[in-house]
Amino acid sequence: MKPVPFHYCPGCGHSIVHRLICEIIDEMGIQSKTICIPPAGCAVLAYNYFDIDVCEAAHGRGGAVATGYKRARPDKIVFTYQGDGDMAAIGTAETLHAANRGESITGIFINNAVYGMTGGQMAPTTLLGQKTSTSPFGRRSNVEGYPLKITDLIAMLPGSAYIARNSVATPAKISATKKSIRKAFEMQVAGKGYSLVEVLSPCPTNWKVTPVEAFKYLEERMEKEFPIGVLKDITKDKGK
Amino acid sequence: MMKGSNAIGEAAVQAGCMCYFGYPITPQNEIPEYMSRRMDEMGRVFLQGESETASINMVLGAAAAGARAMTSSSSPGISLKQEGMSFLASLELPAVIVNINRGGPGLGNIAPSQGDYYQATRGGGHGDYRMPVYAPGTVQELYDLTMHAFDIADKFRTPVMLLGDGMIGQIVEPIVLNKKTEVELPPKDYILDGADGRPSRIIKSLILDPNEMEEHNWKLKRKYDLMRKKLPQCEEFMTEDAKLTIIAYGTAARIAKGAVKRVRSEGLQVGLLRPITLWPFPEEAIKNLAKKSKLFMVFEMSTGQMIDDVKLAVGGRVECEFYGRPGGVVPAPQEIARIIERYWIQKEL
Repeated sequence: MKPVPFHYCPGCGHSIVHRLICEIIDEMGIQSKTICIPPAGCAVLAYNYFDIDVCEAAHGRGGAVATGYKRARPDKIVFTYQGDGDMAAIGTAETLHAANRGESITGIFINNAVYGMTGGQMAPTTLLGQKTSTSPFGRRSNVEGYPLKITDLIAMLPGSAYIARNSVATPAKISATKKSIRKAFEMQVAGKGYSLVEVLSPCPTNWKVTPVEAFKYLEERMEKEFPIGVLKDITKDKGK
Repeated sequence: MMKGSNAIGEAAVQAGCMCYFGYPITPQNEIPEYMSRRMDEMGRVFLQGESETASINMVLGAAAAGARAMTSSSSPGISLKQEGMSFLASLELPAVIVNINRGGPGLGNIAPSQGDYYQATRGGGHGDYRMPVYAPGTVQELYDLTMHAFDIADKFRTPVMLLGDGMIGQIVEPIVLNKKTEVELPPKDYILDGADGRPSRIIKSLILDPNEMEEHNWKLKRKYDLMRKKLPQCEEFMTEDAKLTIIAYGTAARIAKGAVKRVRSEGLQVGLLRPITLWPFPEEAIKNLAKKSKLFMVFEMSTGQMIDDVKLAVGGRVECEFYGRPGGVVPAPQEIARIIERYWIQKEL
C-alpha cells in the first residue's frame, strides 16, 4: 500500500477493504505479479493506494478489461475492484459473462447499496424503502424493482469457483472478509475459475447517518437483505 | 485468392496479432469466424465477447498487457465501441479496429455504405482525440493496410481504424501474402506486466486537475500533428491533365475508376484522387490538384461526409460538387460516368 492518506469518508468501507487486499497481496508475496482494475466510483483513485500495476477501466467494463488482460498474460493475478453500479448495473453483462466463462480473475464487489461518488443515487442493490437522491420517496418495488442479488446469480454459473458475501460491520466480520478475499485469490492462483467476494460496506455520507450508525445499519438492514456466507466453493463441493 | 474479410484476419495473424476479440454482426462475420480457427492454430487468443462493448474493452485489457490486439465490427457495433476507443486514445494504448461499414443510421441494412465517415474521422467517441483511419480499396490493400495498422498503432500508441465496407469484405481477389516489414518501434515501457523489480505503473485517463488535463490534451495534439505530417496517403489516377477530378475512397473509388476509364475513352480529361488515409486527410495532394483541376466531384456512398474535408482542404479555390448514393446502394460505373458527363457539359469544361 502506498503511504498516501485516503480520500475516503470517515466510516467508509473502502479504507478497510483496501488494507485487507494489500495485506493479502503482501502475505501471498504476489505484489510483483498482481494487476488491479479499479472502478468508476469513489475507488476510481485506487491506484493512489495500491502499490501494484493498475489499469483503469470505463464504468462497468472491469470484467471485460480483466478478461482481455488475463487472456494475454495468464501468469499474472488480476482482480477487479468494483462497486454496485460497476458490477451490477452498467457492468452486469461483463460481470456475468466473465464468471460464465470461468475467467481466472477475481472480483471484489463493494456493495454499499448506493452510488457514492456521484452523490448518492439509487443502485441496483438499494434496499426497498431506502431513500436515495434518485429514489427520494424510497425504493418502490413496483417502480424501481428489487435489490439485485447479483452474487447469487453468479454463484449459479458453472464457471464460478468461489463466490462469497461478507460484511465489514464488526472486527470479527472484517477478519472473515479477509479470509474470504484470500480464498478468492488462492482460487485464481490455483486456476480454478472465477472468484467473487461481495463485501457489504457502509456509506455514512450517502446513507445520511453517522459512521457508528452506518455500521449498525450494515448489520441490521444490509446483512438481512444480503445474507453473509459462502455461496459457492468448488473445492468444498458446495455448489448451488 | 482471398476474400476481403479473410485477408484482414490473415494480415492480422502475420502482423503478430496475439488477441482477437469480437462479436458477430453482418457483413463482417467472416472475420471472427476466420480468427476463431486461425488464432487457435497459432496458439493465440480468440474470444467472442458478449457484446461489441465488451470486445473493445477486452482489446484494451490485452493492449495494457502489451499484446497486439484487434477487434472488428460493422457500423452499429462500432457505435458501441466508441467509449472504448476514446479510452484507448487517451490511455495511449495501441489497438486495431476494423469497421465494415453497412447501411445506416440505426439498424440500417447489411449492404455496403460509407455513412460512417464522420464517425470514423471525427470520432463517435467523446473527447478531444483523433484516430488514424485507413480506407483500403482492394483486397491487397486490405491485407497490406491491416498489417501496417498494427505498426502505426504501436509506433504512435494509438487506436487505428480500418474502414472497409460490405463490398470489399466480400470480394474475392488474388493477393500476395506479403511478409511483415520490420519497422523500428518504440519500446513498450508503459505496459503492465507486474511491478517486478520496478515501480508500479498506472494506466489511466482520469485527470481531475484541468491544468494537467490541458497538458495531456496538448500532448495528444502534438502526436496527432506528427501523424498529420507523416501519415497521409492517397492514390492519384490520371490526374496530370484532369479538368474534372473525382474524389472518392474505398469501393466508391473502384466504381469511380471505372467511370474515369469510360469517360477518358470519350476524350474527357477526368482523373481520380483516392484518399487512402481518411484521417489524416491528404490535404496537400488535394490542394495541389486544386491548382490544376477546374472542378472536384466528390462521390460517396452516403449523403456527403468526406466532402466537408475536401472543401476544407480546397479552401474555396475550386468548385466542389457532390454525388452520393446512400443506403447500401452500389451504383455501376456507367452511372458515375453519366454524372461526370453531365457536369462536363454543364460546367463547360
